[in-house]
Amino acid sequence: MRYVDEFRDGRAARALAAELRSLAPEGRHVKLMEVCGGHTHAIYRHGLDALLPESVELVHGPGCPVCVIPLGRVDDAISLAERPQVTLASFGDMLRVPGGRRRSLLEAKARGADVRTVYSPLDALALARREPEREVVFFAVGFETTAPATALTLLRARELGVRNFTVFCNHVLIGPALRAILDSPDAEIDGFVGPGHVSTVIGTRPYEFVCRDYGRPVVVAGFEPTDILRAVGLLLRQLREGRAEVENQYGRVVRREGNHEALAAMGEAFDVRPEFEWRGLGAIPRSGLRIAEAFADWDAERRFTVPGRRIEDPKACRCGDVLRGRAKPYECGVFGTACTPEQPLGTCMVSSEGACAAYYAYGRHRRLEEAKA
Amino acid sequence: MSDAVVTLADGAGGKASRRLVEGLFVEELRNPLLEPLEDAAVVAANGARIALTTDSYVVRPLRFPGGDIGELAVNGTVNDLAVSGAAPLALTAGFVIEEGFPRDELRALVASMAAAARAAGVAVAAGDTKVVERGAADGLYVTTAGIGLLDLRAVLGVDRVRAGDRLLLSGGIAEHGIAVMLARGNLALEVDVESDTAPLNGLAAELCSLGPELRWMRDPTRGGLATTLNELAAGAGLTVAFDEEAVPVREQVRAACEVLGIDPLTVANEGKLVAVVSAAAADEALAVVRAHPLGRDAALIGRLREDTEPLVLAQTPFGTRIVDMLVGDPLPRIC
Repeated sequence: MRYVDEFRDGRAARALAAELRSLAPEGRHVKLMEVCGGHTHAIYRHGLDALLPESVELVHGPGCPVCVIPLGRVDDAISLAERPQVTLASFGDMLRVPGGRRRSLLEAKARGADVRTVYSPLDALALARREPEREVVFFAVGFETTAPATALTLLRARELGVRNFTVFCNHVLIGPALRAILDSPDAEIDGFVGPGHVSTVIGTRPYEFVCRDYGRPVVVAGFEPTDILRAVGLLLRQLREGRAEVENQYGRVVRREGNHEALAAMGEAFDVRPEFEWRGLGAIPRSGLRIAEAFADWDAERRFTVPGRRIEDPKACRCGDVLRGRAKPYECGVFGTACTPEQPLGTCMVSSEGACAAYYAYGRHRRLEEAKA
Repeated sequence: MSDAVVTLADGAGGKASRRLVEGLFVEELRNPLLEPLEDAAVVAANGARIALTTDSYVVRPLRFPGGDIGELAVNGTVNDLAVSGAAPLALTAGFVIEEGFPRDELRALVASMAAAARAAGVAVAAGDTKVVERGAADGLYVTTAGIGLLDLRAVLGVDRVRAGDRLLLSGGIAEHGIAVMLARGNLALEVDVESDTAPLNGLAAELCSLGPELRWMRDPTRGGLATTLNELAAGAGLTVAFDEEAVPVREQVRAACEVLGIDPLTVANEGKLVAVVSAAAADEALAVVRAHPLGRDAALIGRLREDTEPLVLAQTPFGTRIVDMLVGDPLPRIC
């Protein structure tokens, strides 16, 4: 398969691994954060962590859109879905996310709420046009990767004059999250593997502050095994040479200036919220999007009232530490016991891109092997 | 998630389904025939050993590239008997029909069922029909049950699997699940993939000729190969280690899975079997399967070994990873 096989070549990967060993600093531990959940998934799915030098550790960042939605917002979505006239359209990933009292949209659906899985916000708009007697609410989540599609859908809804369609907006921004992690007192991240898909939209410029203000290198990477290994190599080289720059390993897709059309649509349809709460990370200033005044008629939060209650993360759950790279999934006391993919306590265990779920699904045996050794 | 109500995840064939079956059905219905939870129960009667199985079909859409619900309902039950080491004797079929269902379409689906039964060499010997009000069912649901006579040459069971045994897969995976998902038409993806639905009784009988060297067989349907291998590992108390690159996946299927972000190991098959054979008989078993039209792409994909914890481990070109069962299902109602 073109564009896939050449990046999954085991021999090339082993050659890269050998190069990484020569680049790894001696007598020093290096912590690199892969920001994006897609990277976390790829690392475990292919077993890439086994190829890294011992002194290089990958920690998992906040870039899993499902994982960062706070409990209160899930409850808000459930309360929307439970309104008799509402059809809630959602990406499949969000259905199993537990809200407060561990109830999920999937359970609300089983109890009679009209919840449907869609693959894109445009599908939700089409649903609204097909069923004009229903109030279709699209549960919008995701970073700058999915926000443009929601924005374009809002533009389209206005153009078509579709009145029974609204968006419950939970889009978040990657830059402010990175800043929050870098500002936390015990941040010990030496460099970042930058997200690939987000960067196709925003470009690489929004990461320049990481180098300028915090002196850490960023390498934007693709999602195939050799992409990730190459990005790690570029980061190690920067660290060795004392540089802190934004480099683009994913040049086949990502441009420095990003995608103008997508950014313009977002600019038209959304405003930045003064602050937004993130699961595990707390409230982060200017980190979330809401629907712009001009699109107020398509804003679910304006059309319906939602409880809007803030719900504390479960005490036992260390999602926040995992999302900041302060704890490995297996260091959480409930990992694999009270919190498993079938009975998730924390969001990191729900989506296959969540650090805990990826580690649970693909990486657990490594601990067993280490224990044996 | 609380357990107060049944959710779609409970029916998806992965871990949630297993909890429902073990925690509710087995608890209430407990008996020695049911408890092994194999694809078919074995009933001894008058000196004969009869395999008994049942399955319901709620696939949507009713027709998909490569098959339809009628063919699927025959092949699925035939295959559950076949991988239990039984030659199918007869099937029953129950139909739940939604009021307003087109009669012509019903006839066509039953004709397809008849053709599948002929191809498998089995009769649909008894049936039942119920019509429910509009909205109380989605078009048509079919339930089949079957009995088969156990092949006395082979003695199959997960308890017969030993460390060192080899794992044989009869062909490319994930074709049925992907074909059905694409047939729903809500993904703008044009890929030419057909369901692999086929009766496996001929192929399984060939394998039974290996006698005691054949240990265990399954057809990896809902939940895909990943689920079947996890059941094998748990049942045998052994680690299942396989080479991910040795698992045949057709190029188009692989491309579709890649675009959709789905692991082909978790996608349903309806015409493939996976067998455990002794290391000594592995090459012979491979030759036997490859000689059959349904096994041309067969491959030996891995082996069983002792380990501290029975897991399913895939060797990738880069390292190893755990292959777990799905929790829910990205593809609802595929069979």
